[in-house]
Amino acid sequence: MTTTTAERAVAARAPSSGAKEGRGVAVTAHIALILWSLLVILPLLWTVLSSFKSTQEVLGNPLSLPGKLHFENYVNAWTTAGIGRYFFNTVIVVGAALVLVMVLGAMCAYVLARFTFPGNRLIYYSMLAGLTFPVFLAIVPLFFVLKNLSLLNTLPGLIITYVAFALPFTVFFLHSFFKQLPGEIYEAAQIDGAGEWRTFFSVMLPMAKPGMASVAIFNFLGLWNQFLLPVALNTDSNNYVLSQGMASFASQAGYAVDFGALFAAVVITVAPVLVVYIIFQRQLQVSVTQGGVK
Amino acid sequence: MTQEAVPDGGPKRSVVRRRRPLTFDRVSFMVVFLGVPLAVFVIFVVSPFVQALWYSLTDWSGFSSGMNFVGLDNYVKLFHDDIFLKAVRNNVLLAIVVPIVTIVLSLTLATLVTIGGSGTGTVRGLKNAGFYRIVSFFPYVIPAIVIGLIWAQVFTPSSGILDAVLSKIGLSGFENYAWLGDARTAMPASMFVMIWGAVGFYMVLFIAAIRGIDPSVFEAARIDGAGRFRTAISLTVPLIRDNVQTAYVYLGIAALDAFVYMQALNPGGGPQNSTLVMPQQLFTTAFSKGQFGYSTAMGVVLAAVTMLFALVVFTVNALTGGRDQRKVKVRR
Repeated sequence: MTTTTAERAVAARAPSSGAKEGRGVAVTAHIALILWSLLVILPLLWTVLSSFKSTQEVLGNPLSLPGKLHFENYVNAWTTAGIGRYFFNTVIVVGAALVLVMVLGAMCAYVLARFTFPGNRLIYYSMLAGLTFPVFLAIVPLFFVLKNLSLLNTLPGLIITYVAFALPFTVFFLHSFFKQLPGEIYEAAQIDGAGEWRTFFSVMLPMAKPGMASVAIFNFLGLWNQFLLPVALNTDSNNYVLSQGMASFASQAGYAVDFGALFAAVVITVAPVLVVYIIFQRQLQVSVTQGGVK
Repeated sequence: MTQEAVPDGGPKRSVVRRRRPLTFDRVSFMVVFLGVPLAVFVIFVVSPFVQALWYSLTDWSGFSSGMNFVGLDNYVKLFHDDIFLKAVRNNVLLAIVVPIVTIVLSLTLATLVTIGGSGTGTVRGLKNAGFYRIVSFFPYVIPAIVIGLIWAQVFTPSSGILDAVLSKIGLSGFENYAWLGDARTAMPASMFVMIWGAVGFYMVLFIAAIRGIDPSVFEAARIDGAGRFRTAISLTVPLIRDNVQTAYVYLGIAALDAFVYMQALNPGGGPQNSTLVMPQQLFTTAFSKGQFGYSTAMGVVLAAVTMLFALVVFTVNALTGGRDQRKVKVRR
């Protein structure tokens, strides 16, 4: 960085044709990016507009605006189609699974990162393997594991499965965080008479907060979007989570034809996450780059 | 990736020696902190994976008690199962096309955002870059099933917005065109949806990677007279090559799955099974037909294809000189 000042001065005296070329590039860049942004926004915007239309209007001209705002679509989606119920199920399942996986993942990562014992590496690498194998390979036996434990089609069963499959990633990610924590602090806590439990919860865990936040965001999105595990392991429609509820609603809508409510259901599903995203977008994108660049 | 497991330059870790006394505190700590997560992991992740290998060698149909060892019969049957082979081909096609298009698109957009700015001398980012970044990232926070459902509506003939827009701008042939119902377009349309869902995420990753490059590298290139296009192709890409490789592996694994998208766009596998993927076939075979032994064999094939894919990507990258290219120091 320090040597660049002189170079910049040289570059500043470059011929003005460069500036013209630069402007052309910038205009092209803006056009390309605006086109992509439109491609992202327009389908979403159309969904929001359609969610206020009556079914006749949805089946009519797709480019028209809704004649009047049919808010009843939202009521229908929330109650008749059961989206409200699915929403609360999802909040319970994702909330519980998130808390559990963060606690268990942090504990496991901490032990693996800071203690040496026989089998440490083996556990770490089997976690890594669990991260790479496709869940589809496990899905049939998993079905019977849950059945034998009487956890099939129950929310606790879904929660524990979510925890188990989010665990490898959580451990893998937090492992490097706990490794980097200075050992002196651990020693100091020990000398001051704190036991292992105390040291972890009052000293080490608070220091891993940035890492915990990143993993929590990732896990939240991953679990909220989870589809395969619930459709395979949670087939009681009273216990549906949002993603599978949406899929089943959409496949029914072909017959019952309440398209307005379908679009409303989509908006109900997307809106909360989108609002949270816009508020936390900076933090989220930092987390993504931390997790992804690794 | 595994190199990250060992933090470089981090402070020395303290090793807890085992000659410390085994107090109740320490024993209970190890039992709970290691035992509970491991129990969950072993019961719900490891044991199903191991059981799958065994099931794939049986003719088990689940609910009846009859389970006979049939050796490799399921695998032999798989290689004569035209529908499954069609699904394998579709997955392979997805794993080739989706990552390449997604990476090219997201890398282009990331390059435009980071070094597309006007002006001479310093390489500048674009104005409003934050806006583009935020908008492009939207699809990442939308559940994949919902992305699929939205686009299924967009593609619907006559009431979908795509046909309406196309016929509005004069392409009357598309007035009532079923994008997902025609075997010629169902697959490309489905690929497009997957790409739409992925570009923003990788764009953000690549932006971070490009920002991580020492700016003086760009300035040196600029002074040497390299245009922006040249800079992007022969400087940026080699410098963030490892990120591209990681992206390719992630995207390929996602494309070998593709279950959620296909289930939302064409639950039945599409016209003439043109969008059928292995996981869909596995799911139907297991949970509709109850052929559990046969379906787990499909799972094993899926896992094998996934591993093979990752291996090919790493090998190609290594053979074409992946790490040697990094002569210019990359700043983190």
